[in-house]
Amino acid sequence: MKPRLAVWKFSSCDGCQLTLLDCEDELLDIAEAVEIAYFLEATRTTRAGPYDVSLVEGSISTADEMERIQQIRRDSRILITIGACATAGGIQALRNSRDHDALRASVYPSPQFIEALATSTPIADHVTVDFELRGCPIDKGQLLEAITALLKGRKPAIPDYSQCTECKLAGTACVMVTKGIPCLGPVTQGGCGNLCPQVGRGCYGCFGPKENANTGALVAEMAALGADRRTIRDLFGGFTASAPAFAAERERHDG
Amino acid sequence: MDRAAAEPVDRSIVIPAESLDTLIGALRDGGYQVWGAQERDGALGLAPLAAAADLPRGRVEAAEAGTVRLTDGPRPAYFDHTLPMQGLKRMVYPARERLYAAGQAMSLEEDPVEAPPIAVLGVRPCDLAALDTLTAVFESGPFVDDRFRQRRAALFLVAVNCMRPAATCFCASMNTGPRAEGGFDLVLDEVMEGDRHVFVVASGSARGRAVLDALAGEEAGQADREAARAGSQACAEAQRRHMPDGVAALLKQSYDDPHWANVAERCLSCANCTLVCPTCFCSTVEDRSSLDGAEAERWRRWDSCFGLDFSYLHGGAVRTETASRYRQWMTHKLSHWHDQFGMSGCVGCGRCIGWCPVGIDITAEAQALAASEQAA
Repeated sequence: MKPRLAVWKFSSCDGCQLTLLDCEDELLDIAEAVEIAYFLEATRTTRAGPYDVSLVEGSISTADEMERIQQIRRDSRILITIGACATAGGIQALRNSRDHDALRASVYPSPQFIEALATSTPIADHVTVDFELRGCPIDKGQLLEAITALLKGRKPAIPDYSQCTECKLAGTACVMVTKGIPCLGPVTQGGCGNLCPQVGRGCYGCFGPKENANTGALVAEMAALGADRRTIRDLFGGFTASAPAFAAERERHDG
Repeated sequence: MDRAAAEPVDRSIVIPAESLDTLIGALRDGGYQVWGAQERDGALGLAPLAAAADLPRGRVEAAEAGTVRLTDGPRPAYFDHTLPMQGLKRMVYPARERLYAAGQAMSLEEDPVEAPPIAVLGVRPCDLAALDTLTAVFESGPFVDDRFRQRRAALFLVAVNCMRPAATCFCASMNTGPRAEGGFDLVLDEVMEGDRHVFVVASGSARGRAVLDALAGEEAGQADREAARAGSQACAEAQRRHMPDGVAALLKQSYDDPHWANVAERCLSCANCTLVCPTCFCSTVEDRSSLDGAEAERWRRWDSCFGLDFSYLHGGAVRTETASRYRQWMTHKLSHWHDQFGMSGCVGCGRCIGWCPVGIDITAEAQALAASEQAA
């Protein structure tokens, strides 16, 4: 019997699920290797659990989502969170440190109909997560590698090194060293495929903090290069703003 | 460390600067692709040269700790710049390569090494020393890395003696430059005096001599040879950074020094230093398989002692803190390397200083450790 795959959506933009559909050349192989049992973005046909592998996109942003993730965890042998929302709370977690009622009122004409929690939190804050895929969106190659490795029972070859490592492996010149552009690369986990620095832009951290992220030392260098408080705050206030290492730096530079 | 040997130069001639293209043509006639430093995206990298005009003529690095900016230099010299971001290492030891593929019938197919003959024009003395160091790592001892060996053997090295140091250079204190004493096929000295702009070309191997003999040029006179030597001497004296004497012994006593914690406050553990270092040779292997499990591949890629996974043993990583990772790198490079390979792992190229995003300077850290140990 084929392993059963499910794909779940929480508070998110659907971009990470779409990465699975973007696996155009490999899609038939995936459908051959697994039974796609629940994947509303691809088919309305759904099958009840249990599931061998669940891919979970999005953050926990409503009371309903808090309950739903518990059932999905119970139904799933392996649970993989995919993307910045599921692994760090996403861009919507920018509300976490602000007055939720005032924020709601500033956006919606009838805020009383908005049933949202005051915070947007990663899936791992609520249930045990077996593996995380970072990114906004996730990288297609990493997704395929994670599915393949877990189906075979081997360790996925998904490194936790810095974005700088990706740049140097590719031979991309450092934008900070050669041009003085503020870059989150030294404190960000690699895996995106070196997207921004290879076109002369600083990394803005969509894969979230790397292990041992020394944000303080990087911020001191950015300030020495002329980056003001607001620039630094906004750099750490992107798609992984609520990841603890980045949130601390953003709050330190707020106001 | 004694890399200096009697100069194996058996012939040297003088060619006008415009004849650099003739040299490139002679190398091509000899069956080599010709590579050299080229400017791309604000940095120097080694790439195939169509003509001497591709070289970053007149450009120099304004380099400091944490800064490498290319700018116009004072004169139209071909080689007043110093080093490409990553030296010869990428050419002999690719950042990623597939080692072999395996099929379901337990067949194992090793990937053949592609090693076309390449002549590299403009290799600096420190990078020659680095290539010797890598060769000692990969080719000495009972296990020879054949992939490295084949690529190394395919290189024809046209060295250039440095006339101008970058501010990050400290080869003079590591005994590796700024004048190449061997390890090349040809070596150039660029001499500019008034309107006169020539290269003194000397051979260092039989195949280098064959290329040299194909060039039209007069025998180098004593004046040009002396001008070249004087240029190297001035370049050595202009170096502002120095590795302190006795650093190998010092680091053996510095294991518990409080200065490591000081470095760790600044260090990002981003691995840039190891990935621009021309002698850092660590790699890891990654296994891949197809979705249906019918095919598998093994890849090798550069790794770094600054990563957490690097020190992962059964049950966890050994070096979780940045202080222990920086200490591991520096003590291996400058101290344990002597025990392991009979030489220093540092050639004084200064890349780790310039390309560190926060400008950590290995010579300054060594001096701080020396001062700290003296005070203790």
